[in-house]
Amino acid sequence: MRRLLSIELFKLRFSKSAKVLSIIYFLLFFSTAIFSMIRFKFGDFEFQLAEQGIFNFPYIWHFNTYMVAIIKLFLAVVIVSMVSSEYTNRTLKQNFIDGLSKKEFVLSKFYTLLTFALVSTILVFLVSLVLGLIYSDYNEPSIIFSDLHFLLAYFIKLTAFFSLCMFLAILIRKSAFALGFLFLLLIVESIAIVSLRNEIPWLSHFFPLESMANLIKEPFTRFNVVKSASTAMGTDFSRDVKTYWYEYLIPIGWTFVFVFGSLKVLKSRDL
Amino acid sequence: MEKILSVHQLTKKYGKLNAVNQLTFDIEKGHVYGLLGPNGSGKSTTLGMLLNVVNPTSGNFKWFENQSDITDALKQIGAIIESPNFYPAMSALDNLKLVAKIKELASPDYEAKLRLVDLWDRKDEAFKNFSLGMKQRLAIASALLNNPQILILDEPTNGLDPKGIRQIRDIILKIAQSGTTILLASHLLDEVEKICTHVIVLQQGKMIYNGKVEEMKASFGFLELAANNQEELIEMLKELPQVEEVNQTEYKYVKAILNADLPPEKINKICFEKGIVLTHLMWKKETLEDNFLALTKSNIHA
Repeated sequence: MRRLLSIELFKLRFSKSAKVLSIIYFLLFFSTAIFSMIRFKFGDFEFQLAEQGIFNFPYIWHFNTYMVAIIKLFLAVVIVSMVSSEYTNRTLKQNFIDGLSKKEFVLSKFYTLLTFALVSTILVFLVSLVLGLIYSDYNEPSIIFSDLHFLLAYFIKLTAFFSLCMFLAILIRKSAFALGFLFLLLIVESIAIVSLRNEIPWLSHFFPLESMANLIKEPFTRFNVVKSASTAMGTDFSRDVKTYWYEYLIPIGWTFVFVFGSLKVLKSRDL
Repeated sequence: MEKILSVHQLTKKYGKLNAVNQLTFDIEKGHVYGLLGPNGSGKSTTLGMLLNVVNPTSGNFKWFENQSDITDALKQIGAIIESPNFYPAMSALDNLKLVAKIKELASPDYEAKLRLVDLWDRKDEAFKNFSLGMKQRLAIASALLNNPQILILDEPTNGLDPKGIRQIRDIILKIAQSGTTILLASHLLDEVEKICTHVIVLQQGKMIYNGKVEEMKASFGFLELAANNQEELIEMLKELPQVEEVNQTEYKYVKAILNADLPPEKINKICFEKGIVLTHLMWKKETLEDNFLALTKSNIHA
């Protein structure tokens, strides 16, 4: 495993686009945190997002993992390009000729995306912990470390999404088309969900992108301001935002499908 | 003789097209093999199958007797096929380091390999800035990194200028002299003739010749003759036991293909004794090219 990871990281070290995109990713990562700390002034009215309770433990785990997951797309581009560039430079073929097996190739990419997901998860944990410690109204350890399952969900979500990107890149070979296909999948899924809403609503749980989205449901209706506003208006906005056990299993299942699918495609294809 | 590779009934079909058709041959240690054939004859497909990037339709092959795992075998092989493929942004040396990681080499001698191909001074330059000749040389250095049991080269001089071609050939000859087994695919007869000891000729995916380069060239050569009385000359030549076949290549000359030793001074004497005065006499050895064309021609009609 260490050998395969070191092979892939060695390749990435020299990839300019990978470096630039990773830097953008981490800049965006921290800027979301900084953004919430800014005080907005509208005349006499001062507003700071951080003081509205979004950084309260344990709510912060939910809010941050949800928000930060949106910018995973930047890392997805890194994953897609690190796979498709192997096709365009024809280094994939040379790797195999040099004695890297097809399984090792897929695993080296998979370990790398696992590393990305893990690093991102650890960063979310650290950033949220710091922000929470600064702004949270509750600082008891039992509250701080509750609801940590959002981090697990975040890790699974990223891993599944990156695996999908790897699979598409291996299948389609061209990075632009692979990313295009990803958006197409998003559109197709949205249409399918809407059109199946009444007939077979449970089916949408099994769609790849939807299953990843179900891992961390929107946090806004849990937000104090929204909650109090909704009670004031007499309507109940609160929805079921709990993640059920099978909602963890489906994206994990997809991850396996994508990894083995990648291997299957590579094995059956003549280069 | 130690077998490096044995190929049995290897076949690749693309739809209805038989790209490689029931290929069977062995490669023995210490020889330099040429895989010769026109473009599209299945050379690259054959190498692709042997190197695990093309899936055979049927048949099998075995690297290094008793070697079961192909990726383990590939780590003992040095191969470059078609264009040299490396990571463009990496330097020459870093590209070699990556190959060493893939091949699981403990401490490869980067300097010796890069010096062999005359690239040590440019080891820190990015691959994308290299000329085609340099890229090809780097590919050879990379293929030699593991001190391979066999070096496989696919059209190594393709697209190079005469100087580049010369450089590559000199390097290959140097490697061959060191005793490394080489399999060289090429459509250039001249190249195969200069470098190889053995030759496997492919045409439309079929093997039409497999043997020593020397044997492929006609062993006794042929005579090119002319006399004032051409008919008499032809009659006389046909009666000679050493002459296999007589044909008139050009309107001026008669070509007599030999099947036994017949030195020019002897034929001159025979002719003179029969009252035929030769105006032209030349003893030639057929080139590989003549034989290659003859082989491929006869197989098209077959």
